[in-house]
Amino acid sequence: MLKAHLPALVIIIPLICAALCVLLRRKDWAFTVALLATWASFAGSCLLLVRAMNEGVISYEMGGWPPPFGIELRVDALNVYLLIIVSGIGSVVAPYARNSLLLEYVEDRAYMFYSAYLLCLCGLMGVSITGDAFNLFVFLEISSLSSYVLIALGFDRRALTAAYQYLVMGTIGATFIVIAIGLLYQATGSLNMVDISERLPKAGYGNTTVIAAFAFLVVGAALKIALFPLHQWLPNAYTHAPSTVSAFLAATATKVSVYILLRFVFTVFGVRFSFEILPTATPFLILAILAMFLPSIVACFQTNVKRVLAYSSVAQIGYMILGLGLVSVAGLTASIVHMFNHALMKGALFLVLGCIFYRIGSCHIDRMAGIARRMPWTMAAFVGGGLSLIGIPLTAGFISKWYLILAALDKGWWYLAVLIVISSLIAIIYLWRVIEAAYFREPPDDLKEVSEAPLNLLVPAWILVLANFYFGIDTSISVGVAEMAAKALMGAG
Amino acid sequence: MLDTADYIALSILLPLIGTILIWMSGPRPNQREVVTVITATLTFVCVLQVLPPVMAGETPTLTVLQVLPGLPLEFVVEPLGMMFALIASFLWIITSFYAIGYMRGHNEPNQTRFYMCFAIAISSALAVAFSGNMLTLFVAYEVLTLSTYPLVTHNQDDEAKRAGRVYLGILMSTSIGLLLVAILWTWLAAGTLDFTKGGILKGKIDDGLVIVMLFLYMYGIGKAALMPIHRWLPAAMVAPTPVSALLHAVAVVKAGVFTVLKVIVYIFGADFLRDTGASVWLMYVAGATVLLASLVAMTKDNLKARLAYSTVSQLSYVVLAGALATSFSIVGGAMHIAMHAFGKITLFFCAGAIMVATHKTKISQMRGLGWRMPFTFGAFLIGALSVIGLPPLGGAWSKWYIALGAADAEQIIFIAVLMISSLLNIAYLIPVFARGFFGPKEEEQAQMTDTHHGHHGHDDHGTARPADATPKRIAEAPVFCVVPLWITAIGCLALFIYADQLYAMLAPIVK
Repeated sequence: MLKAHLPALVIIIPLICAALCVLLRRKDWAFTVALLATWASFAGSCLLLVRAMNEGVISYEMGGWPPPFGIELRVDALNVYLLIIVSGIGSVVAPYARNSLLLEYVEDRAYMFYSAYLLCLCGLMGVSITGDAFNLFVFLEISSLSSYVLIALGFDRRALTAAYQYLVMGTIGATFIVIAIGLLYQATGSLNMVDISERLPKAGYGNTTVIAAFAFLVVGAALKIALFPLHQWLPNAYTHAPSTVSAFLAATATKVSVYILLRFVFTVFGVRFSFEILPTATPFLILAILAMFLPSIVACFQTNVKRVLAYSSVAQIGYMILGLGLVSVAGLTASIVHMFNHALMKGALFLVLGCIFYRIGSCHIDRMAGIARRMPWTMAAFVGGGLSLIGIPLTAGFISKWYLILAALDKGWWYLAVLIVISSLIAIIYLWRVIEAAYFREPPDDLKEVSEAPLNLLVPAWILVLANFYFGIDTSISVGVAEMAAKALMGAG
Repeated sequence: MLDTADYIALSILLPLIGTILIWMSGPRPNQREVVTVITATLTFVCVLQVLPPVMAGETPTLTVLQVLPGLPLEFVVEPLGMMFALIASFLWIITSFYAIGYMRGHNEPNQTRFYMCFAIAISSALAVAFSGNMLTLFVAYEVLTLSTYPLVTHNQDDEAKRAGRVYLGILMSTSIGLLLVAILWTWLAAGTLDFTKGGILKGKIDDGLVIVMLFLYMYGIGKAALMPIHRWLPAAMVAPTPVSALLHAVAVVKAGVFTVLKVIVYIFGADFLRDTGASVWLMYVAGATVLLASLVAMTKDNLKARLAYSTVSQLSYVVLAGALATSFSIVGGAMHIAMHAFGKITLFFCAGAIMVATHKTKISQMRGLGWRMPFTFGAFLIGALSVIGLPPLGGAWSKWYIALGAADAEQIIFIAVLMISSLLNIAYLIPVFARGFFGPKEEEQAQMTDTHHGHHGHDDHGTARPADATPKRIAEAPVFCVVPLWITAIGCLALFIYADQLYAMLAPIVK
């Protein structure tokens, strides 16, 4: 019985538990509830993955109202992939939150953090699972609003301005998306995404309303994705947010936004409209290439390591969009695999920085000098995550790069392949600055006595680092599901 | 009973298990070093177990897992890899003994990390040797680069940091920027990355593009140190001498030229390369590297720097042999991997022994040192003669076969290159030895009483020495340094005598 309601449960559990956290108030209780909720959500997602692989697309009618009138939750390969990413990262990060310095800062309001965290998780899961366009917007707003709160909880006063900046940009993005959905509703009279895609050809691809909807959607989603040059909010937000939040958002939020873009461009509008009638591929490719290079170069000159990673995220988003812009199964596979792998590597690296911040209260590269001697396990985890980000074989990052270059060569665009490898070499530069500082320089005088991070911070970080290696060796799940999702997306056009 | 596949797995796994044991016995240096030596010995024994089936013409295979659809991590042993694995695992034992003497004699810090990284490097070198497809090789190649980075930067000072940058920068950017692209291109064109006799590219790509592909491969394999991407090798000499031995003889550069031969024989196919003429440019680049690097070596006063450039030059012998792509030259090139390994490791061991015993690194300071360290300098002469390529030492054979190959390919000019190079080798290696014995005395020598000097120079090492401050007649490096370098020197001799067996083992790769 419960099994039939799994699609609803994975989002409802965090939602209810978010309220429960506020009711319980006690720090430890709230923590326990949040932990169990994320784990339950992750377990549910895994079961959904198994079901979706066996049974194909799962359609769940919310409240028993059949689509297109009621809200449909729809689980295909791409949806469940996103659910796994979001809930997986959510459950690794949740135990980490307990000890993070943040909680000492807002000790008495810890339950609010857990509540916002669960809401954010719920929103991101909801976006990933819903088959209804307006419902998608609602969940997007849930996740966005809660993430503004989470960012504003940062240790530093600058977190407030960062959150505000994100709020403004994020709201513009979300508004664009809702305008697009409204226009689509006007043109087709439906809000169910599958239904819209079937009705769109009748509404006419030349229809100005549809084209306007497409434009609003793409720009809105690009804002949420932080696609270059609309990325300005991201470095500040990730830098000043609490470490836990940076890790969680960097690993999940932008991926879900990329999902929105993929879902609308490929499923709702369809390949024919998006890429044959409208010349969308070229602008995507150009922006993706710019994103791969300029933020990477900027990252080389940052002194705050969190900011280095934030700019690196913007660059990595370039890879995902590049795969999308190739408009092929190979390209989309690369793009989707990279969502997963990037979640693993950025999650790991931000968690490691959280460990460092916990001990020395800073992520400045000069303060991190010589830190490897004091915190060898933490820095070893950083090196591990860094190798994955660079794309060394046997790490997840290598798999992404392999598929991306393969997709570019498959199209015969060897110059694109060259650009991909060059841009990934820049990652060596910005990561090695950190590694050299941590291993080769003398620690500052006041930080000679720093000790290793506590285990409940270190273990989650290492889980993600090891996952980077695991998914670099055994790719049957990460690549297998992504390939299915890519085929479904291309086939939908 | 264990079958051959298990021994392949053990050869690669044992050093990794050793790494953990070394780490666990970190605080107890004696135990740590015993563990190192035992692991090295067991690894060599395991590698030896793989030899009989390979000699019998089999290709033992071990498939680990599928990384990507159709692309497994797979180990397939063929003669070329067998030879490389034997060299690497045998020299690991010798280097371990040497390292004990050197690292202790030199009071190096962080010795546990050193032994750990060394073991990982050996494991990845063996994985390179045994790899059955280009993906497996690439994986092992990158692990080798990364595991040797902490060794190159062992001293953790600014000089080491700079050397580390050059080392990692060149090796990473070439391997990711060029080699990976070449591998992906091969995969797309041929649909396989398996090492196959006769190559996999014939008929799969345009003849005109073969040159481009070859360029990507040859400059992608930065470890082969073809000019102008050779700079990482001289830069890396800041590391302790056992590391130099690892880089120059045991694993790293050997993995580079090994990969070059492997790619030419099993990916392109020697016939395909010769028919398309795509490798002519490579002959000239390799020939130029041979000569230029020798010329640079002559200008270096630092002994390790001189030897480093000598390695750059010698590596290009192998690349040249591959580019000539005849059966003689390829077997000669493969033999040269072995010959150079033993010759160069002897020379580096000597350089290190001199440094431990006298703290001297510059050739100009070494006048008269031969009387003080006759064993070391004697071994140096043997190593030098082998590198030069004179009988009765191993180096003579590989040069002979490469020259035969050049004649076979009707590229007579490269015979001249080889001859000139031998002369240059004499010009930069023999003076080191000569200075040791014939040069005028230096200040430190002058402190010795003249009567003692020279007359008793050949006294046995074991002669009891007075403990007081009277000048020492023979002040050799620790026994742990001197014995290994004599073992490798004798190896040079043995390789001359048993070269026909080596040839017989390698010949099947081009038949």
